[in-house]
Amino acid sequence: MNTPHKPQGLPVVAVVIGALFFLGLLGLMLHGVMRSGDADRDVLPSALIGKPAPEFVLPVLHDPSVQMGSAELRGAPYVLNVWGSWCVACREEHPVLTRFAETRRVRVVGYNWKDEPEDALRWLEQFGNPFFVVLADYEGRYVLDWGVAGAPETFLVDGAGVVRWKHTGPLTEQVVAERLLPALEQVERGR
Amino acid sequence: MLPELGQVLMALALLVAALQALLPLAGAHRGEPRLMAVARPASYAMLALVGGAFALLTWAFVSQDFSVRYVATNSNSLLPMVYRYTAVWGSHEGSLLLWVLVLCVWNALVAAFSRALPQAVVARVLGVLGIVACGFLAFLIFTSNPFERLLPAAAEGRDLNPLLQDPGMIIHPPMQYVGWAGFSVPFAFAIAALLDGHIDARWLRWVRPWTNVAWAFLTVGIALGSWWAYYELGWGGWWFWDPVENAAFMPWLVGAALIHSQAVTEKRGSFPGWTLLLAIAAFSLSLMGTFLVRSGVLTSVHAFAADPSRGLFILVFLGLVIGGSLLLYALRAGRLDPGAGFRPASRETLLLLNNLLLASACAMILLGTLYPLLADALELGKISVGPPYFGLLFFVLMAPLLALVPLGPLVRWQRDQASKVAALLLPWLGLALVAGAVAYFAAPQGSWKTAAGVTGAAWVGLGTLRFVWARLRNSGRLTAEMWGMVLAHLGLAVFVVGALLVEAQNVQREVALKPGQALELGRYAFRFEGVDQLRGPNYLADRGHVQVLRDGRPLALLHPEKRAYASGGQVMTEAGIRPGLAADVYVALGESLGDGAWAVRVHVKPFVRWIWGGAALMALGGLVAAGDRRFRRATKEKTA
Repeated sequence: MNTPHKPQGLPVVAVVIGALFFLGLLGLMLHGVMRSGDADRDVLPSALIGKPAPEFVLPVLHDPSVQMGSAELRGAPYVLNVWGSWCVACREEHPVLTRFAETRRVRVVGYNWKDEPEDALRWLEQFGNPFFVVLADYEGRYVLDWGVAGAPETFLVDGAGVVRWKHTGPLTEQVVAERLLPALEQVERGR
Repeated sequence: MLPELGQVLMALALLVAALQALLPLAGAHRGEPRLMAVARPASYAMLALVGGAFALLTWAFVSQDFSVRYVATNSNSLLPMVYRYTAVWGSHEGSLLLWVLVLCVWNALVAAFSRALPQAVVARVLGVLGIVACGFLAFLIFTSNPFERLLPAAAEGRDLNPLLQDPGMIIHPPMQYVGWAGFSVPFAFAIAALLDGHIDARWLRWVRPWTNVAWAFLTVGIALGSWWAYYELGWGGWWFWDPVENAAFMPWLVGAALIHSQAVTEKRGSFPGWTLLLAIAAFSLSLMGTFLVRSGVLTSVHAFAADPSRGLFILVFLGLVIGGSLLLYALRAGRLDPGAGFRPASRETLLLLNNLLLASACAMILLGTLYPLLADALELGKISVGPPYFGLLFFVLMAPLLALVPLGPLVRWQRDQASKVAALLLPWLGLALVAGAVAYFAAPQGSWKTAAGVTGAAWVGLGTLRFVWARLRNSGRLTAEMWGMVLAHLGLAVFVVGALLVEAQNVQREVALKPGQALELGRYAFRFEGVDQLRGPNYLADRGHVQVLRDGRPLALLHPEKRAYASGGQVMTEAGIRPGLAADVYVALGESLGDGAWAVRVHVKPFVRWIWGGAALMALGGLVAAGDRRFRRATKEKTA
């Protein structure tokens, strides 16, 4: 037998805070689910699409004495892939990106973000380097301009330097076939 | 026809689960023994049905039935036999089926070993487990059917993800699931206690070993996952604070807190409400772990596909289970007897601090894991939360916990004199500090981390042994429960050595070597002897030969590989590792650089084994404590 004990209930404040916290968490995850729902998470269309890509100049990873940027890349379309050796999902998308780059249809530019040069080089050595060139932005100088949310992220920029397509999260064969290639085709047809 | 039979079995299992959820709970509420009696046979039936479905899916893999979509996407005619079995849980649908199977095993075990408990309690516990099983079976059947046909059948299967074609992966998921699903038992017990309105020390004694066993398995699961990442990802790291690792780690932390608070509540009757809340939290976090892994909300190594219907389904289920339990808790917890009071200098206080620190660590990880989502939702831009955040905060929270560990067992319940315990431990604290100081000056690099690791480990280890000594002198023996505690605490000390020393003293080099060339690294020398081709069952590999010398004497011949899998062209690394108690030597093969030269990456990782050794000791401790006679005697007394 337990001793008679006055039922008091939990303090109302605690219950309210607990409930709010729980509902907030639930709402947050609901938001996440809704976002994950869209085939490839571009539900929030990049504000950049249809606008000129930000101007940037960055050192080349394999030869930091060389600087390269938007001016040099202009003239033909290119795909910009934001990655880092610390990013696990980048490793996951790497075979897909490699297969896409091997078609040589368009230059694939690596945008190495928040990394250490040794780590980045080692990563490329290990998993293969499909990139036309890798630019290193270790302080994240231009990521805000690009609206980069997290790695991996992939942009398609046309010959005039206008951002035409963007993908957040790892590329999959499906995304390449159903989104990137059609977008690239449009760019190549010149509209 | 067999896959269709599998679907029928799952549907029947859902029906049985529904019966197990409804009838016994109604019976317990109304006091009808006949309704309550449904619970046991129902749980055995459910195990048989789900076990049958699992066997059929396994058979589909073994017989390579590529007309089943799941088989076609996750295996290949070249897949070696052993991986055909493990491919069953190689992806979403099958691993969910495994989850349910494990849940059913726990469920049946509870049914079998609960004869000592009052029938109403058993009915409530099994009823709650029935609800959980219902949710998972419905999820399986309606959104993730593993038996879905692929017509016309595929001629050849895509392959099992090569990352998963590995012995470590054979056992990591089952262990993980045994742990996660195992927390359903204390959870069901907590809900039953809340429904009933009071906690009986006898029931608590009954549920404690279950918590320990679930936690021990979770420990093994997490350690295996970490070990796998270490040798298979070719990266030499052992923990990445990846969202899914966090998802497994949060219930582990809360589970550790639960083990301690259950002990207090059982022995002293103190903070029963908190114990129940932790039991609810441990299982809720396990469910959330499943949600995070399976919904693709967060990108990580483990996130395979983002399917909104799945995410939504689990989220609703999660909301109902957690929301329902918390609501019940809010309504009922205030009525629980708060138990005996205690002074600040008492074991209760220390265990409360332990709980507070573990729970804060868990909250910190939860925040870090969900922060990118939060920032995204509030349109603050996306932010990735990396290892520096987790590493620092975890260290800050765990350092005081380590400081408290040796005190807990030595301080008495209810009240004690702080000075007495201090006198017992002070010499050992001094010794630990001296060891740390020696380590500081002896360490070739990373002096602070080394010193912290050595001091922390020595303090925990020596303090724990001091307890053993005191016990042996005073009463001549330790109970199994105490041995379990001692083992787990020593495991913690061992783990601390591994985690901090490898962090501080890891050495790595990246070099291009031609055959015959060598690299010197401290006491070690690595002579590269070339690369040959190796044909595996479903891959082609470049296999390097690296002769490792220590102090000039041959130590090992390592064979790091780079495998190209036939099915998808994916390249995987297999590191060559010479395990050692004092240090692992780790060699990974990079790219061919032409002219017979290869990029070779070499690590010397001091004490890295101690990380998993410590985890193994902790798990062993959990199991040993669960085997204490006291828990069994409690059961027998009742039956007699």
